[in-house]
Amino acid sequence: MTPHAEWTKLRTVRAWVAGLLASALMVVAVAVLTGISTDQRNAPPVPVGPEGGPVTDSFYLVHRSLPGNGTISASVIAPDGAPWAKAGLIVKDGTRPGSRYAAIMLTGDHGVRLQHDFVHDVPAAPARWLRLDRDGDTVTGATSADGTHWTTVGTAQVPGRDARVGLFVASPQVVRGRGTVPSASTAVFDDVRVPPGHWTGEQIGAGTATFGGYPRGTIGSFTETAGRLTVTGAGDLAPAVRDGLGSGGTLREILTGTFAALVAVIVLASQFVSTEYRDDLMRVTLTATPRRGRVLAAKAVVLGAVTFVAGLAGSAVAVPLGSTLARASGVYVFPVSPWTQLRVELGTAALLATTAILAVAVATVFRRGAVTTVLTLVVLPYLLVAQLPFLPPDAAHWLTTVTPAAAFAVQQTLVPYHQVSGVYTPYNDYYPLPPWAGLAVLAAYTAVALAVAAAVLRRRDA
Amino acid sequence: MTPPTGIAVTGLRKRYGSTQALDGMTFTVRPGLVTGFVGPNGTGKSTTMRVILGLDAVDAGTALVNGKPYRELRRPLTHVGSLLDATAPHPSRSARNHLLWLAHSQGLPARRVDQVIDQVGLGAAARRAAGGFSLGMRQRLGIAAALLGDPPAVLLDEPFNGMDPDGIIWMRGLLRSLAARGRAVLVSSHLMGELQDTADHLVVAGRGRVVADTRVADLIAAVAGRRVSLRTTDRPSATAALTRAGATVTATGQDTATVAGLPPDQVVRLLTGAGIPFAEVTAHRATLEDAYLELTRDAVQYRTPTP
Repeated sequence: MTPHAEWTKLRTVRAWVAGLLASALMVVAVAVLTGISTDQRNAPPVPVGPEGGPVTDSFYLVHRSLPGNGTISASVIAPDGAPWAKAGLIVKDGTRPGSRYAAIMLTGDHGVRLQHDFVHDVPAAPARWLRLDRDGDTVTGATSADGTHWTTVGTAQVPGRDARVGLFVASPQVVRGRGTVPSASTAVFDDVRVPPGHWTGEQIGAGTATFGGYPRGTIGSFTETAGRLTVTGAGDLAPAVRDGLGSGGTLREILTGTFAALVAVIVLASQFVSTEYRDDLMRVTLTATPRRGRVLAAKAVVLGAVTFVAGLAGSAVAVPLGSTLARASGVYVFPVSPWTQLRVELGTAALLATTAILAVAVATVFRRGAVTTVLTLVVLPYLLVAQLPFLPPDAAHWLTTVTPAAAFAVQQTLVPYHQVSGVYTPYNDYYPLPPWAGLAVLAAYTAVALAVAAAVLRRRDA
Repeated sequence: MTPPTGIAVTGLRKRYGSTQALDGMTFTVRPGLVTGFVGPNGTGKSTTMRVILGLDAVDAGTALVNGKPYRELRRPLTHVGSLLDATAPHPSRSARNHLLWLAHSQGLPARRVDQVIDQVGLGAAARRAAGGFSLGMRQRLGIAAALLGDPPAVLLDEPFNGMDPDGIIWMRGLLRSLAARGRAVLVSSHLMGELQDTADHLVVAGRGRVVADTRVADLIAAVAGRRVSLRTTDRPSATAALTRAGATVTATGQDTATVAGLPPDQVVRLLTGAGIPFAEVTAHRATLEDAYLELTRDAVQYRTPTP
């Protein structure tokens, strides 16, 4: 009965209904604006890996044909241009960016790794000697300290009759301050044993969107002197991250209107309580429902439900519409699974609903408007981390861990990769907490505020 | 045994800081009667009403509606309807929608809303935003809310406030008809004239407690019985004779005076015995207002002076 009464209260004030509709429309309108305001039609193509995600596939490759089975081995001196600079051996299904590969390598600071297909990374014990064996489609990586006794690290599948085998050097962008700068590395390969053929040296993926380029005055190259090859290269074989892809866009950016909807929802929820105190209507409400906890619960349920529906309607339209428009403008929208997209849409609705309930609780405690308080708790930290690229990463992580703005994690679609140096900040859509954990932080604040509001409301003379 | 009906207030005590707002307030509101709840401002009338409605907590004492504390009532508006002073609906919500959410809170049908709108004479105005209502219209809306659950008890705080003369007549009729149909009606007012010919019973509050709890007819009779209007051509002799007998005589004109402290028959005997001419000796016709002033004057005498 009480929720029915509160719903009747809500729907019979025209400004509140308008506010609800406006909050949904703002999410959609900002998504449309975001979609059409960026023109990336002339941006270079984004390589896509075998698993569908965007990748960086640009490095200097010295290669020859390997149509069937074969083995390559060499002793390698670690590259030194970047922590994740890579020098090693590779079997790759052609030189097209995004094609499958398996590689074993020494890195700048991260030891020996066996990697394949961009996202898979297996560490191995320190070694000087590297070896790849191809048998059918299966490539096996091995390491050795002396070139005689070998230890298998792992295997990967590399199909293709046009496969290439060779030596490579990659040197990814390094994080400098709040951005990244290109790097280049040089490595020396000795005792190279390889199937017969002749070497071709070339920069792979030079024209792709995820290639950060060479530092000024450096170019990719190789020289061969008495069985010793010296290779200089830049780039990476890795999953693409946000700051390596300038033409990229995320669902969180398409849903930027969420913050405007939040403001509308906070004002609505706050007024839903504060006008009752302003008009002395709360006494009538509590006369009709003397069990005060029920009044608070009914208000929370009704506002939570209507803002959830409005938020879901807004985000369920905004995400597909904004993505389509952005792609039409040439923006590379980081792909997400249907489940992830649903999580973003439901999570956005839950973020709005939970914030509305927080505003109800705070306004009940204060007996007047709670707009400033809730804006300061939820929206301000979000604006700081999402709009200020120069905010120190530690501050951004703190704000998105301990403040209710942690809940914006429900909109993140990017995952950080340990094997890629990137600026993993909320500004770049990397949140310190997993999506639902972030929402749980906001929910915890709301639960505490509700408990305080219920206690205060019960004890206080009306 | 029939369940207890009406409102019973017993020994309410409540302190705000250094102010004892309620100091043993005790009275009952019985079915079938209009009980007036009067007293100077700040004597705890509104606080008592809020306590009855479960809005304010007390330090001691109980307030029961039909035998139960208000907060334990299910669908309370079907037990007691109330109008509190200065109650306003949301300004942009229509009067009808205001009543509609109240109806929904009690599980009452929308049909009931239209019935009380007709009953209080809001009519077409009920579909307008309540923000544009006059005080009198707001009072009618408040009455409609109080009647919504067709409750056996009604509690109205200053319902005459802001009403035009037609409205006051209507309100009196409504209160009488509610009592006539067996409802317990408690009406607070600071203007005694409003309760004249309306209240059957009077609870007079002073300093957070009840200073008088009486039938209105008895009260008027008691006050009137102690005063006599006298018309005489020899006022000085009459005054001297009556004063000697213990009465208090107040001149009200050249030939007229009011005598307090002696009943009319004794005044006649005294004047006749003393051979003082008089044209008229009548029992004073007291109004409720007089009775109230008399009572509160007494109440003031019990008080310790406030610094």
